[in-house]
Amino acid sequence: MTQAPVMTASHLARHYAVGGGLFSKPQTLRAVQDVDFELYAGKTLAVVGESGCGKSTLARMVTMIEEPTSGTLTLDGQAVTPDQWASVRQSVQIVFQDPYGSLNPRQRIGQILMEPLVINRPDLSKAEKEDRARQMLNMVGLRPEHFDRYPHMFSGGQRQRIAIARALMLDPKVLVLDEPVSALDLSIQSSVLNLLTDLQERLGLAYLFISHDLSVVRHVADDVIVMYLGRAVEKGPKEAVFDNPSHPYTKALLSATPIADPEHHKERIKLTGELPSPLNVPPGCAFAPRCWLATDKCRAERPDLTSGPHQAACFYV
Amino acid sequence: MTEMSNTPSRPSALREFWYYFRENRGAVMGLWVFGAFLIVAAFAPFIAPHDPTMQYREHILQPPFWQEGGSWTFPLGTDPLGRDMLSRLIVGARFSFFVGIVVVSIASVGGIVIGVLAGFAPRWLDTIIMRLMDIILAFPSLLLALVLVAVLGPSLTNAMIAIAIVLQPHYVRLTRASVMSERQKDYVTSARVAGAGLMRLMFITVLPNCLAPIIVQAALSFSTAILDAAALGFLGMGAQPPTPEWGTMLAEAREFILRAWWVVTFPGVAILITVLAINLMGDGLRDALDPKLKRS
Repeated sequence: MTQAPVMTASHLARHYAVGGGLFSKPQTLRAVQDVDFELYAGKTLAVVGESGCGKSTLARMVTMIEEPTSGTLTLDGQAVTPDQWASVRQSVQIVFQDPYGSLNPRQRIGQILMEPLVINRPDLSKAEKEDRARQMLNMVGLRPEHFDRYPHMFSGGQRQRIAIARALMLDPKVLVLDEPVSALDLSIQSSVLNLLTDLQERLGLAYLFISHDLSVVRHVADDVIVMYLGRAVEKGPKEAVFDNPSHPYTKALLSATPIADPEHHKERIKLTGELPSPLNVPPGCAFAPRCWLATDKCRAERPDLTSGPHQAACFYV
Repeated sequence: MTEMSNTPSRPSALREFWYYFRENRGAVMGLWVFGAFLIVAAFAPFIAPHDPTMQYREHILQPPFWQEGGSWTFPLGTDPLGRDMLSRLIVGARFSFFVGIVVVSIASVGGIVIGVLAGFAPRWLDTIIMRLMDIILAFPSLLLALVLVAVLGPSLTNAMIAIAIVLQPHYVRLTRASVMSERQKDYVTSARVAGAGLMRLMFITVLPNCLAPIIVQAALSFSTAILDAAALGFLGMGAQPPTPEWGTMLAEAREFILRAWWVVTFPGVAILITVLAINLMGDGLRDALDPKLKRS
């Protein structure tokens, strides 16, 4: 890729101290460890993994809601540190999973859309702000009369469009989509996904698309990162990861995706066991306790990501 | 965009509120009585037939009109100094209303600000604030108010300040609890991502969503404030004579309780009806504003 990345993350990690009452020492929960990625304008990077693997924590770090414990985040070649959050924040916006919780129930749609401008662009007149909000409403496919309504008057899909409109009000370069369609009906999912693809083409946005739904990811992603217990276990271009999965976890995930073809015979890989507690990560490969290929080496040593465009963290690739 | 076809327009918030409020007959009656009380308080000088402090020396302890010796000049009789009871009760409504409004405003504004701060504050500050409120709550409220008035000096203003301080912790607890549950929600995070500062988050984003229980608390503590002011007046620590405050009137008439029942009864009934009406209304408000009690 010749284009310079909009956002680069290297060795991003986030640890939480949990417990720590009067008599116990706090334990460290390693929610995300050592994640690297690059986001390019007009491209979508999808992060997949089961619940509790650190996807949402990653989103919170990228949107500057939480400070990384270690690692660096650069935006347009400029390091993002907490003292610069205020100025950089406008470039990274987020759309949440639950469209019922992400809109303030006491504000009209117009106010919701104009709020980012009220906060960040005091130079604009009230009429200009309203004008931009109305344009945005139109761009996400809502009608002008929706401007003065309250969020409870809308369906889930419409609310998600409003949430997207709000996120785009500040002309961000990066949009983090934290499971944007998993709370919606299947038919509405596709219309929201099409809207997102359309907006990406028009505005040249870089998407960080977080999802556990592999069929959605296959539809929208350019590159994919598979996460397991806070670490990336496989990453690469979408075609490579989906057509030729290297890590056993990815293989298991893909084998669990339903395929709409009754004649299709598939080998379902059934994983046994539970996700280990992130408080007590096994010393070797985190996936080893559930892996059918695991050997003593896996249980003792942690494999690193291989190099090259299609990487996997497994000794037996 | 087929999904955006006509969403039926929901009734406005006010109309929806009235729909649920109307279901509760007691609350509606309470509202009417409260409204009457408000009008009486507002127009007291025009409604009252006599000057409430004017002493008609030749009519001392005259009984109400339906008893022997009563007359229509003083429909509810006169007190030991010959003042018209009805006029004093009407003007007294003014003081009670004044006490209610001032106490509720001081207590709620102070309580809400402290509560929002506690909800957003780091753990140690939150703990300090809440333990302080617990200490205030641990005192019997009237006793604490008495002590405060004793320190500040007996007057209606000081009694109001004391009652406001006593009622404040309830607002703090309530506000803090709703702020804590509200601030977890995604819309607060998205306001933060949009760059909202702490002040904006606290008072523009979160607070309006916490108001329903606080409104109910305000309505209910309105009656507590009237009751406490009357109690302080009765103990001689509130409004001072000749102010026609209901509690003070009760206290002044205490020694005539066996000779002239009307001097004690009417202020007591006035307090009872007002407080009962406000409590009924507060109950209705809670039912109407609490989404969990809504039937759809």
